[in-house]
Amino acid sequence: MRTKNIAVYTLATLLLFCFAFTKATKQDKDPQNAGLVLPAGFTASKIIENTGRPRHIVVTKSGEIYVKLFRLLNGKGILLLSDDDKDGKYTVKSSFGNYAGTGIAIKNGYLYASSDEEVFRYKLDGNEHVIDPDHPEKIITGLLAGKQHQTKSIVLDNDNNIYVNIGAKLNSCQEKDRALHSPGIPGCPLLDSMGGIWKFKADRLNQSYSQGERYATGLRNVMGLDWNQTNNTLYVMQHGRDNLHSSWPELYTDKQSAELPAECMYKIQKGDNAGWPYIYYDQIQHKKILAPEYGGDGKIEGNKNYIDPIVAFPGHMAPNGLLFYTGNLFPEKYKNGAFIAFHGSWNRSPEPQEGYYVAFVPFKNGMPSGKWEVFANGFSGLTEVISPGQAQHRPCGLAQGPDGSLYVTDDAKGSIFKISYNR
Amino acid sequence: MVGAQTPVKKATKPSQASPTINGKAVYTQYCMPCHQIDGSGVMNMNPPLIKTTYVLGDQTRLINILLKGYNKGVVIDEDEYTNPMPSFSYLSDTQIAAVLTYVRNNFQNKASAITAAQVKKVRSSK
Repeated sequence: MRTKNIAVYTLATLLLFCFAFTKATKQDKDPQNAGLVLPAGFTASKIIENTGRPRHIVVTKSGEIYVKLFRLLNGKGILLLSDDDKDGKYTVKSSFGNYAGTGIAIKNGYLYASSDEEVFRYKLDGNEHVIDPDHPEKIITGLLAGKQHQTKSIVLDNDNNIYVNIGAKLNSCQEKDRALHSPGIPGCPLLDSMGGIWKFKADRLNQSYSQGERYATGLRNVMGLDWNQTNNTLYVMQHGRDNLHSSWPELYTDKQSAELPAECMYKIQKGDNAGWPYIYYDQIQHKKILAPEYGGDGKIEGNKNYIDPIVAFPGHMAPNGLLFYTGNLFPEKYKNGAFIAFHGSWNRSPEPQEGYYVAFVPFKNGMPSGKWEVFANGFSGLTEVISPGQAQHRPCGLAQGPDGSLYVTDDAKGSIFKISYNR
Repeated sequence: MVGAQTPVKKATKPSQASPTINGKAVYTQYCMPCHQIDGSGVMNMNPPLIKTTYVLGDQTRLINILLKGYNKGVVIDEDEYTNPMPSFSYLSDTQIAAVLTYVRNNFQNKASAITAAQVKKVRSSK
């Protein structure tokens, strides 16, 4: 009896130990929700890893995924991912396009993709597969690309137009970029060809500046942008300026420079001017402040005619993706609201970095209807990021699947996350 | 007269402060905003300073990056870093020597010190 008891006890202990050990190992390999922290009811998984530098993505009606790569992978810049056995893990089905870049979109039977100077389109068949991957139509060419803010994000409206971000090649249009006390160039000459959103026809070949239209200006660099289907309007997320302290140490402390200026969401109407490089938006004073390069001191307000942001986030978080949620999977509060992928900051040092998450803003009638909140956190794998190189993953592109799930790319480690909701 | 002044400067400047402490202070103020506290840089933008030939190799090239700034893309381990770096020529020879010595002996680097005399020589050769 006693021996039996000991045997049972030993077996139980052994089983418990094995269970605990297995559980720990499993968690290390495949942590719950792929390591993400989500609101109640949401789940997440990593659907693929090691895809290089995935930037923006788009999901087809059947759930396949086109990925634009920032750096060529085996000589190709676009991946088609599929999950043919429906096990939730995607594999690379094909790759094409000999150019790297960021922008990708599907509209009216075509796949659109951008390099840093051009935009191409590929005709799709009934399964939304590219018919001729080696011979896309070049619809836009000759766009300027500097050594920073060179990527071209794209979005299409419902009237056969495509909108392209052309980022400014300077931080604040200084005579010496990012240098100490360097003044702004009067009448910043970049703005005729950069620092704004340009509009082109979606189906015309070889368009450049003279065939396009500067739709909005005074936007330093936009990576996340989306077309809001509820009011047929363009919305953009601007990457705000850097280096307030390092260029103007007498005017801004380290702490102020970490928080300022706001990363702004703008609702864009044709002809709008958001004011870069002459002003920046201070989310603490709720004012458009004259840039120090153009005579500002951190307090003087700039020209009031520049548009105001509709959401002002803390500084430097780098909004790389914007998506209005039109699905039915997530709870009602998410319908038509905005998801923003924050790549995470670098220009907050010596303060801790910020971002590295997907945020959400509820919307009603095309305007924010509540405060922004962190939706998906934990990409960095750290409680505090001091330098961006420490972050495990960095959110970049967003897309909505046919079932209403949300996809997030990570261009640091090449993972793609799928976020779902259990109804 | 000129010849007599030069040795005096050489003799006094290095003895003013410990180069290591000085270098960290210079790094923190001028370099850290972009290259980060651990020298790891920023993906696609600001190159890392960890065991790269730019830091450990040709010292004249390294000194010139600080004096003249750098406006070309840098490829390290297949990744390109393209943000421009402004000139820091307003820093003194001693400050530049100290910060380069600091960088060359931190962030997993181990390399010889850079002297103020070296910086002065590169600066004057333009």
